Amino acid sequence: MSNIYSPIIRDGLWKNNPALVQLLGLCPLLAVSNTVINGLGLGLATILTLVASNGLISLLRKHIPDEARLPVFVLIIASIVTIIELSMNAWFHELYLILGIFIPLIVTNCAITGRAEAFASRNPVGPALVDGLMMGIGFTAVLVLLGAMREVIGLGTLFSEAHLMFGEAARNLTITVFEDYRGFLLALLPPGAFIGLGLIVALKNVIDARQSTKQVEPLSEVEALPAEA
Amino acid sequence: MNPVQSHILKISLMLAVFAIVATSLVSLTEINTRDQILENERQALLSALNALVDTKRYDNDILADSITLPETAELHTKNITQVYRARKGNTPVAAVFTSIAPNGYNGEIKLLVGIYYDSTLAGVRVIHHKETPGLGDKIDLKKADWILAFNGLSLLNPVDSKWKVKKDGGDFDQFTGATITPRAVVLAVKNALQYFNQHRDELFAQTASNTNIDTASSDCASTSENEHCFSPKQLNMEQLNNE
Repeated sequence: MSNIYSPIIRDGLWKNNPALVQLLGLCPLLAVSNTVINGLGLGLATILTLVASNGLISLLRKHIPDEARLPVFVLIIASIVTIIELSMNAWFHELYLILGIFIPLIVTNCAITGRAEAFASRNPVGPALVDGLMMGIGFTAVLVLLGAMREVIGLGTLFSEAHLMFGEAARNLTITVFEDYRGFLLALLPPGAFIGLGLIVALKNVIDARQSTKQVEPLSEVEALPAEA
Repeated sequence: MNPVQSHILKISLMLAVFAIVATSLVSLTEINTRDQILENERQALLSALNALVDTKRYDNDILADSITLPETAELHTKNITQVYRARKGNTPVAAVFTSIAPNGYNGEIKLLVGIYYDSTLAGVRVIHHKETPGLGDKIDLKKADWILAFNGLSLLNPVDSKWKVKKDGGDFDQFTGATITPRAVVLAVKNALQYFNQHRDELFAQTASNTNIDTASSDCASTSENEHCFSPKQLNMEQLNNE
């Protein structure tokens, strides 16, 4: 059982991470990652949509004509997003006020079409749901990390405006990392998003490179180092 | 019909079936959620108005008692806006309306201004702006309390010459690194007060033009696709969009 799912989990969270490896969904990723809470909000909305669209597309995969699959995917994803948005607006209005603005952004997230095409349309419902969940979590993790980097450098805080997501009780969650910090606007503006994402991608590549050298030549690590540099 | 044609026809029909099913589902959801969403928007608008005007001071249905104001040069509005009127019995208590600061650091700043009948300010809220995050956005109540300083002021308090930021010799604080934004807001609030003083009685005399919430919320919906007036988070989003 776990044998089927563990590669899917590893792919979504690390090896084939939608934001760091596939580099999909960058438009919402770069736009909304200026604080931890914004990143988390978009992440949660993305997870919800990815799981729903992967599940539905996998269910219908035998009925979707191959030649017209992309328009059908777009149709299904856009309908799901619209239905989620309307339902949340009506019945979970508080939540909608927080996540609502992120939901239309998800339509622009090609990671969702990407997973529909690459995975959900070729696999049974179970793995497709897990894939959606894991890709969503992988995407969210990058959003939160990038949000944290930009927020600390840009504003000197973490979890600011947490009350917008978790209610008034969370107002105290805000951590002031640097007292009397004057702010560093670059990190909050779009260039900060590109630089930050670049650094995270670079960090992932370094970690991967370290691991592969260890695995390939566990005994000649000393020799491998100059080549790496 | 040759095989290629019939294949294309089959695919087109499948696509049509998907389109019909998907559209029906979306329509069905829309029909089932419409009333609830309107009610939610009504509540959101009402709480935004009640944040400005003390609920104990009026007893009418403030949402129903609204009139539309055409494009008004004094307020720099370029579209129809709504004026919501609070009354106690038949006595006018306060009006809440939109005033725009055309000269923000980064475009227009849209304000919701509540003014009591005696020409003192009930309160001011920024409902749409694109000012620089971390500097000019302190006009937003979510970021700082600066906007609350207007509560209770009038054109006589402070006197006309003091309706400026401190840097210009007035009474209002500017922000470190941002003077243009608060200067624009102070002027727009002053404009709103002047407009109210000149047109107060005609504002309250008009009969409510629309008792329908549709029109009230269309003020929000019609302005622009991204613009949602009374959701604080949505305002935040606009800053992001305009980074």
